[in-house]
Amino acid sequence: MATIVGAVTTSHVPLIGKAIARGLQQEPYWKPFFEGFAPVHRWLQEVNPDVAVVIYNDHGLNFFLDTMPTFAIGAAGEYANADEGWGLPVLRSFPGDPDLSWHLIQALIDDEFDVASCQRMLVDHAFTIPMSLLWPGGGAWPVRTVPVSINTVQHPLPSPLRCFKFGAAIGRALSHYDRDCRAVIVGTGGLSHQLDGARAGFINEEFDRLCMHRLVSDPVSLTRFTNHDLIENAGSQGVELLMWLAARGALQGSASAVHQNYHVPISSTATGLLVMESSGA
Amino acid sequence: MISEVSHTIPGTTIFGPREALRGYALNRMCFSFNDAMNRAAFLEDEDAYCKAFGLTEEQRKAVRERSVLALIAAGGNIYYLGKLAGVVGLDMQDIGAQQTGTTVEEFKARLIRGGR
Repeated sequence: MATIVGAVTTSHVPLIGKAIARGLQQEPYWKPFFEGFAPVHRWLQEVNPDVAVVIYNDHGLNFFLDTMPTFAIGAAGEYANADEGWGLPVLRSFPGDPDLSWHLIQALIDDEFDVASCQRMLVDHAFTIPMSLLWPGGGAWPVRTVPVSINTVQHPLPSPLRCFKFGAAIGRALSHYDRDCRAVIVGTGGLSHQLDGARAGFINEEFDRLCMHRLVSDPVSLTRFTNHDLIENAGSQGVELLMWLAARGALQGSASAVHQNYHVPISSTATGLLVMESSGA
Repeated sequence: MISEVSHTIPGTTIFGPREALRGYALNRMCFSFNDAMNRAAFLEDEDAYCKAFGLTEEQRKAVRERSVLALIAAGGNIYYLGKLAGVVGLDMQDIGAQQTGTTVEEFKARLIRGGR
């Protein structure tokens, strides 16, 4: 069976990709952000995952409005990154795990989550930047990957409660997997930010900190928010908390925070980082 | 019937069914900018490129004026508009300043103050 070693949730601001490409990690603007990842690297060495289930939101690289799945799962042997249109370096491809992908697709559909399966899936910065942050330095990726995309482009979006339950279903599916593997769940996006409209630049540190605290100790309380509540409190793109909720859902039961960081701003975004482990029960 | 998504958060357009219909051509054009050849074709003759994608006069005017608020009002979705912004050399702080009527320096300073 699969062991879930824990979950990492992190922001995925595109500018981070440019900073990595230019080697700016030690610059004063970037240091407080990148420093947050050193303990995560040590943790990953300790828990030693061999597969990452990466829950993210596509920003118009793979999906367009003509076909917009609410939940989509990659089922390919390899996932390519590609040109997103505004100058991010294109990263090397990521190895997939088709056997695990199809297990998840079957188990989720059996569990009444009717996901779209994707044998070809370009992964955008919301997938590639967290991967680069968790496993920096280039070279071969040390984990196989299963990309899981949640729609945050076209409303109606799935509710916070639905995303939490979706993550829980991923957790259950992993626990029933008949092959041995060590899975880390990655949830990407957020925290508070708004890029569009007269409210652009909106950031809400108090709400972000409440979400980070409650995600660990009382995630069900966050599932009582509507997406409208999230947008009001965290900005239009702050709704990306949905991916954090799904990642937390996969841990099932109680959890503890192994590490966290919060830094404002990177580009126009309040960034958060959490590492959580299941604490049983 | 297309239900109205609530628009009650000030300065915020929620990209719902109405926007999806109104903005389809504009967003499809922006989506095309994932391809470098399409970006070059746009820059060579912007209005011809807009027309080829069937943009309305209102949308073509918003593109010409680089007006993000007008592009949103015309059905543009920020995830796709971000690609258009990149093509014409605007980053997230440039469009943030433009939409809030401040300078880029003021907008950045506000972000460093945590949005206040």
